[in-house]
Amino acid sequence: MNLLIVLPVLLPLLTGVGTLLLRSSTRIQHVVSITGSAGFLASAILLLVRLRDGGILAVQLGNWPAPFGITFVADLFSALMVLLTAVIGFTVALYSIAAIDLPRIRYGYHPLLHFLLMGVSGAFLTGDMFNLYVWFEVMLIASFVLLVLGGEKAQFAGAVKYVTVNLLASMLFLIGAGVLYGKTGTLNFADLAFKLAQNPEPALVNTSAILFLVAFGIKAAVFPFFFWLPDSYHVPPAAVTALFSGLLTKVGVYALMRTFSMIFIHDMDFTGPLFLVLAGLTMVIGVFGAVAQGEMKRLLSFHIVSQIGYALMGLGIFTQLALSGAIYFTLHVAIAKAALFFVVGYVARRRGHTNLARLGGLLRESPLVAVLFLLAALSLAGLPPFSGFFAKFTLIKAGLEASQYAIVAVALLVSMMTLFSMTKIWNEAFWKDAPERMDTDARVPAPYLQAGDKWLYILPIILLVGITIVMGLAAEPILQMTGRAAEQLLDPAPYIRQVLGRMP
Amino acid sequence: MHVLLAILSGILFAAGVWLILRRSLARLVLGLILLSQAANLVIFTSGGLHRAAPPIVGENATALEAPYADPLPQALILTAIVISFGLFAFFLVLIKRAHQETGTDDIDAMSEVET
Amino acid sequence: MNALILRISARYLSPILIGVSVLLLLRGHNDPGGGFIGGLLAASAMSLLALAHGTASARRSLRVDPRTLIAVGLLLALTSGFPALFGGREWLTGMWTLPELPLIGAIPLGTPLWFDVGIYISVVGFTLTIVFALSENDEEEAV
Repeated sequence: MNLLIVLPVLLPLLTGVGTLLLRSSTRIQHVVSITGSAGFLASAILLLVRLRDGGILAVQLGNWPAPFGITFVADLFSALMVLLTAVIGFTVALYSIAAIDLPRIRYGYHPLLHFLLMGVSGAFLTGDMFNLYVWFEVMLIASFVLLVLGGEKAQFAGAVKYVTVNLLASMLFLIGAGVLYGKTGTLNFADLAFKLAQNPEPALVNTSAILFLVAFGIKAAVFPFFFWLPDSYHVPPAAVTALFSGLLTKVGVYALMRTFSMIFIHDMDFTGPLFLVLAGLTMVIGVFGAVAQGEMKRLLSFHIVSQIGYALMGLGIFTQLALSGAIYFTLHVAIAKAALFFVVGYVARRRGHTNLARLGGLLRESPLVAVLFLLAALSLAGLPPFSGFFAKFTLIKAGLEASQYAIVAVALLVSMMTLFSMTKIWNEAFWKDAPERMDTDARVPAPYLQAGDKWLYILPIILLVGITIVMGLAAEPILQMTGRAAEQLLDPAPYIRQVLGRMP
Repeated sequence: MHVLLAILSGILFAAGVWLILRRSLARLVLGLILLSQAANLVIFTSGGLHRAAPPIVGENATALEAPYADPLPQALILTAIVISFGLFAFFLVLIKRAHQETGTDDIDAMSEVET
Repeated sequence: MNALILRISARYLSPILIGVSVLLLLRGHNDPGGGFIGGLLAASAMSLLALAHGTASARRSLRVDPRTLIAVGLLLALTSGFPALFGGREWLTGMWTLPELPLIGAIPLGTPLWFDVGIYISVVGFTLTIVFALSENDEEEAV
């Protein structure tokens, strides 16, 4: 009996149900939401503590044995990602108290937030392909409604694109799963890894591998499937964008890393270079897109794309160090990115818009937020002593060791351009003087913040920036942990033994 | 039979793709529905087609009698149908609301409304 | 819409549909049927009422907000996993009892039925949320 591994799914579900039942009172919803996500955070920490030395937990729901039943598996990689989900979930729940307007809360913002968290941690913990699909869809439905919640005109066009592209991705995923099942007769990760290692059949397995690559690539916003992301992520409120940028694309990255390091490993000569090319293009196109933008949310949305390239780079190099770096990077970027989007939300609240050309003077107006933005931005760009530096350093070191000089050069160049576009935000929004005529957007309520609300905006930013600094200072132990997670990915034997109860 | 179903799913895919390339949102939804049916058909076909008994354990038996049909692809399809039911229900509401708000069914015109 | 035939037939059809949906729910574990399909049927009965007598009237005869039904159903499905924990089994393991009832005899009651009832209720809730949102032009209730 291992309730510990089910808790990260159960607690958000319970919280979601609770907020749905108690939706008549906003105040009670806030309390339930915060308590629930704190419980989620606690369960994620417990899971990580339990697995920190490289153990693997598996549970067969309903006692139906693998590979027939529904399996939940947690290895160190899953546990780290679940913890990330819980951290982002908790800070977003905190931030939402002040940042989400009443109509949205009345339409069910809180239940959707927690159902989304449930879907994400389910995707991280599931042990088979089909349930991964199911969790993807849970996530998709919740994210879809979060995106249109509020019903502003601009949201519809973004939402339609988002839903269409994601539905197409799900369909490709489903077809891939069908083809894979037809070929191997199983969809359980452990069973797949076991069967394909014994009897590699490149023909149809490669077909489904590429279908999965495209499907996960769309979810993760990898080049050339990224176009939907900057087109839809800027429309919801900043709290929702932070949640999406922190978690949704990372689930795509997780799925890519899980499947292409454990299951589809028989054709690395082909997939390795493919991933490197995609990684390079994703980084470059994303950052070019970002540099060209004049609106904070769109700019940062392009950065989400660009940063995905780094995680993919680790997967393309495919050494233990590279995977370790990719995992560390994924954790780092989700946190730094969420902090930046929180800052954008604060700016939007103060000024009523986030158009860089018309912003300015924020350094004088709110120096603390400005400093927090600077710290998060420097971390994202990869300056020491923040987490971004160690993440990129590890990846670049892995690239040099594997003699992949081209991708290393691209990664360094893109880092520089990231720094450049971050200084653009800094100059335009914070450093330069406020424009003489303050034209606030009439649609947004007056940019007035009560002291309590203001701190509810700032506290989550402080938490996330604090985490990115701690991740930088404690890079050594964390990198050891991600290193162990990478080892587990490269050697699936213990995973298979834990799930199937027999030796490959 | 396999060939026939493969051709049929091919036709469904083609029709679905053609529909989602239209600018009208209603056709977009119809196209997506066709595509999801095509995907289900692919799973069904790749799960193997042969005549067999339904995979239900009889009254007094303890195990299945071979040959029985593999229940898993059907379970997968059923789950996929349920999920797409939910998604398309949401999508329809979205399109209705979008039409109410923007007064158009055309995705390009809708993007222009965006400021 | 105001069609006499539809209104009369809806009055008689919807109780029958709901009865059949409960039947489907109960036979679901070993025979075709179950919470999902039963819930859909019950929701279609309510939709029929909505078509014939108007959404507002269907909402009134439902008495609770469909979104509450989603929550209650999910809660039921979720809690059905816990009895197994007291027996030291994995979460969601099916547990059965055979209570002897006067006149009827022993009937098998188990957590899978409990789970299915939860699914039934949440499917009714979800479907009706959507159906009402689609049929109402009142902007406040949509989405």
